[in-house]
Amino acid sequence: MSVELEHYLVVGAILFATGLYVALAKRNFVGVLMGIELMFNAVNLTFVAFSRFVESAAPLSGHVFVVFVITVAAAEAAIALAVAVLLYRTRDTIDVDRIDLLKW
Amino acid sequence: MDDAGTVTAFWILTVITVGSALMVVAVRNLIHAVVFLILSFLGIAGLYVTLSADFVAVTQVLIYAGAVSVLILFAIMLTPRAGRDNTETFLRLPALLLAILVGFTIGFVALDADWAIADRGSFEETASAIGEALLSKYVLPFEIASVLLLVAMLGAILLVRPEGAVEE
Amino acid sequence: MPILAHWWDLRNLGNAASALLDRIEAWGAPAWIPYVVAGVIGIVGCLTFLLLSQLSFIWIERRLVARMQNRIGPNRVGPQGLLQPIADTLKLFLKEAITKRSADRTLFWLVPIVILSPGLVAFAVIPFGDGMVLAKLNVGVLFLIAVASLNTLIVFMAGWSSNNKYALLGAMRTVAMLISYELVQVLALLSAVLFVSSMNVSDVVGWQSHFHTWLLFLLPLAAVAYIFAGAVEINRTPVDIAEAESEIVAGYHIEYSGIKFGFLYTAEYFAGFAVAAVMASLFLGGWTAWGLEEWVPGWLIFVTKVYMVFFIYIWSRGTLPRLRIDQLMAFAWKFLLPLSLLNVLLVGGEVLVWQEGGYEAEVVLPIFAVVNWAVAGALVIVWGSVLGHLRPERRPRRALLTKEVGVIVYGQPEPGV
Repeated sequence: MSVELEHYLVVGAILFATGLYVALAKRNFVGVLMGIELMFNAVNLTFVAFSRFVESAAPLSGHVFVVFVITVAAAEAAIALAVAVLLYRTRDTIDVDRIDLLKW
Repeated sequence: MDDAGTVTAFWILTVITVGSALMVVAVRNLIHAVVFLILSFLGIAGLYVTLSADFVAVTQVLIYAGAVSVLILFAIMLTPRAGRDNTETFLRLPALLLAILVGFTIGFVALDADWAIADRGSFEETASAIGEALLSKYVLPFEIASVLLLVAMLGAILLVRPEGAVEE
Repeated sequence: MPILAHWWDLRNLGNAASALLDRIEAWGAPAWIPYVVAGVIGIVGCLTFLLLSQLSFIWIERRLVARMQNRIGPNRVGPQGLLQPIADTLKLFLKEAITKRSADRTLFWLVPIVILSPGLVAFAVIPFGDGMVLAKLNVGVLFLIAVASLNTLIVFMAGWSSNNKYALLGAMRTVAMLISYELVQVLALLSAVLFVSSMNVSDVVGWQSHFHTWLLFLLPLAAVAYIFAGAVEINRTPVDIAEAESEIVAGYHIEYSGIKFGFLYTAEYFAGFAVAAVMASLFLGGWTAWGLEEWVPGWLIFVTKVYMVFFIYIWSRGTLPRLRIDQLMAFAWKFLLPLSLLNVLLVGGEVLVWQEGGYEAEVVLPIFAVVNWAVAGALVIVWGSVLGHLRPERRPRRALLTKEVGVIVYGQPEPGV
């Protein structure tokens, strides 16, 4: 029994699908953010798996990309959570079903 | 990669990671969901180690489990009257169908495509090579990332600043 | 280095371990058994060191602090009070470990278990001797920082799961302290890594042995910043704001009683030894001592250095008064962080000059040491007094955090604070 590229890609796919479900279906805004972080992690795992297994001229560019994704994800998490706190202050809720002032 | 240690580690870590991700969906308490999310972050860091990506693994623990998780917990804490029971919206069935569809599509492409597998084996040491790449080939994204982090920090502080600043 | 590499040569305990592993392989066991046995031996070794040190330091610390405070300390329980740690442990076992009905049971029970991990896992990359390291990680220094950052999460969980507003506020204060001083810690360790051009902790120790110097002499500002940031990371006086009984009713420790508190208390010692071990390895030369390791076992030298650094922490506990939280924050953000950044800049310049110029180490390193000490002294004096950045904020206007958080952890909101 050996572990090949396909195993890691399938794990990444499952994590991405789970993250997508959490991001689309959770009612709490922070829950949505948790799904987005899961999706980032799935993508990072796929990048690193490709970097390890696939023929390439610069094999470590996958890792460099992952470092950038982690950086941008941290910045995005900070801003998103600041927006959540601000939203809570004005609307007194962060339920995504109730933040619907821009509905048609 | 077919030595027994890596295979065992891969399967244990996969069960932990995917199990925790599914528990994020399933638990009825938001704080428990965050704890399972942290567990899945640590599981993914373990998977990075099986892929011999040591620098990325340690960065993942340091930033995701050490900083982003604390941010998420602070946001939950600063919103006391929000619902903390981790329910889903009324759109959960379409979301579930879409997630399953996306998962199967990606999985099918991953299993069906003919990847050009290299036979170079695992990496020896990634940190110095990543550092060189960051400062030679990818120096422009590196600088832009630092500006991005500065902007994000300032933005977050300014957004959450209380009304009526504290006097000097 | 060891002339006789026999299994009974105590200067390198790895000899005994490798003899055992060779014997196991000779029995024809499958390939993974020596690997697992090596791991278990390493873990048992680290645990033995940590637990024995913790037991003895319960007594040592209390007697030392007592002598510094002109009293005697525990002297009843055995000859000179030497059985005091046993009495303490028995008391903690026999006390009732109360769990509040409204606390979050799962997390409340989980925290004392996981809080031991950062202190213990940090010892996986620290070399006790020549090749006596559990995991030869190429990113060892970054691993130590990552493990220290897990403390933040665990402290927050402890405060949250207690369902107690004082525990929550104490935990938030601790988290604020920990993340501020994490930055200072990273920059201090970064300047050490810059000199050595490797993040492997064994490489840093080898560099110090090769150039016959300690990084303490070359990087005074980084060493002092790391000692202080380490003290904050382990919540010791003068910065034990989070958990002293006269501050916020012992912070995130409040609801933990009995053996759960015993685990939290033990974890504080483990983290203290981890910080002292990192300081000893990276700044004080680890298991080398300018050639003394030919006769004295390297692990004995290392353990002595760890205890010396821990003694400095005990000494400051007995001597210095406690800082206020806003003084501590001002010190981190306005004083230590700019100085650490300037230190990194300076060290980077020095390494560049050294590499580009191709100078001899014996010429260049003393010059660097003198320059670093002079710059450190000048910066501390100038930044501290002339710019006056040590003054904390005057009269914060109102209680911001308590109003924001409210008193709700679970259940209905209460009117007002």
